[in-house]
Amino acid sequence: MIRVVLPHHLRTLASVGEEVQVDVASPVTQRSILDAVEKKYPMLRGTIRDHATQTRRPFLRFFACGEDLSHEQPDSPLPEQVARGAEPFIVMGAIAGG
Amino acid sequence: MSSVRVLVGTRKGAFILTSDGKRSDWQVSGPHFAGWEIYHLKGSPVDQNRIYASQSSGWFGQVIQRSDDGGKTWQTPGTSEEDLRGPDGMPKGESNMFVYDGVAGTHQWYDGTQHPWEFKRVWHLEPALDDADHVYAGVEDAALFESRDGGKSWRELSGLRKHDSGPRWQPGAGGMCLHTILLDPKNRGRMFIAISAAGAFRSDDAGETWKPINRGLQSNFMPDPTAEVGHCVHRIALHPSKPETLFMQKHWDVMRSDDAGESWREVSGNLPTDFGFPIDVHAHEPETIYVVPIKSDSEHFPPDGKLRVFRSRTGGNEWEALTNGLPQRDCYVNVLRDAMSIDSLEPCGVYFGTTGGQVYGSSDAGDTWKPIVRDLPAVLSVEVQTLP
Repeated sequence: MIRVVLPHHLRTLASVGEEVQVDVASPVTQRSILDAVEKKYPMLRGTIRDHATQTRRPFLRFFACGEDLSHEQPDSPLPEQVARGAEPFIVMGAIAGG
Repeated sequence: MSSVRVLVGTRKGAFILTSDGKRSDWQVSGPHFAGWEIYHLKGSPVDQNRIYASQSSGWFGQVIQRSDDGGKTWQTPGTSEEDLRGPDGMPKGESNMFVYDGVAGTHQWYDGTQHPWEFKRVWHLEPALDDADHVYAGVEDAALFESRDGGKSWRELSGLRKHDSGPRWQPGAGGMCLHTILLDPKNRGRMFIAISAAGAFRSDDAGETWKPINRGLQSNFMPDPTAEVGHCVHRIALHPSKPETLFMQKHWDVMRSDDAGESWREVSGNLPTDFGFPIDVHAHEPETIYVVPIKSDSEHFPPDGKLRVFRSRTGGNEWEALTNGLPQRDCYVNVLRDAMSIDSLEPCGVYFGTTGGQVYGSSDAGDTWKPIVRDLPAVLSVEVQTLP
């Protein structure tokens, strides 16, 4: 089971708590995690990745295991700790604005 | 007894204000969608419990919300339990998917170069007059979309954006937004839209083809002040009993047309400034109109610190200041283009919201005013529903 931490606004949109869990087949990648999140919570489609290009929205970042993974390729395998559920995959909104 | 429901979109969520027909005691519900920008909410004239809302964020993009119970509960269309049990297993999740038809093309940028069309947000939602599942969306960068399935999916009516003049459209200070959609109740298939800064357009075939309707407008900031397009139209309005007459608040000038936009003439008359954003028409008197004059180009607050609605009972030119109950000193708020609405009770109620978070209401067609709420986030839009 993969753990995913969502930013506050997406938690309220999907009516979930801080962390959600999704089943993801190996290899565990950004793409496979986000596909699973969007399948379970379809109201999140287009809010993390652009609908058309499937690229990360500019003001969001992806973190795991203390590393910024935002610029990793979407199909690159994520750290083993994420794949076995020991560490969450974190979707974070940039700290900006009012 | 009749009642009213005022739908307020703000920078940080939506609020719903309700009252009985006396319009003196109000209940406030909200914030709905706290923290998100709510550019617009509007109820269907066919089913008043059906309300559409545009929810957006610079971080998370566009979301469309729908209520089927008058704003008590909300859902993103296509994600209800019923939808989730559908034969496809999972919904497509396309209620926020606004994709331009074909090659998006380019429009004029601030510096005069060409810039790609890029979807940013929905500014205005206009439910159809005869089907609660049919709704139009005016978006930035300017284009018109429609949904015929209650907001689950959207298609662009691309005849507008692909008009020959499209490459000459340019953004105003607030972006290149399609902010006004008027549906003609007498001539089905006829609709009017307005874009800042392109101008007003009319379709007579339900949105498939469009013509600019800007003859008579004069915009001195443009190289050709009377060009076919490029005008910064802030808002247009019509009365349903007389839809060939249009009223316009332009970046400068208040205008009217009596031939469905074929030609316009200025009716600013004795206004203290002819700049402003909203314009609206009395519910029962097609020649009575309202504006809120604002100083500009960049100040965007009321002249002399006095918040005044101006009413003309003559379809323009002769204006009277409505001040009773409105702050007449030290007031420096703005009233945005979609932030005025009028109910259909007798006498009609007039409502507007400010960037300072006040929503003012008048239950006597503007003669006297009271704040309904004083301290909301900056108000982006106000719509009122008159309920049986």
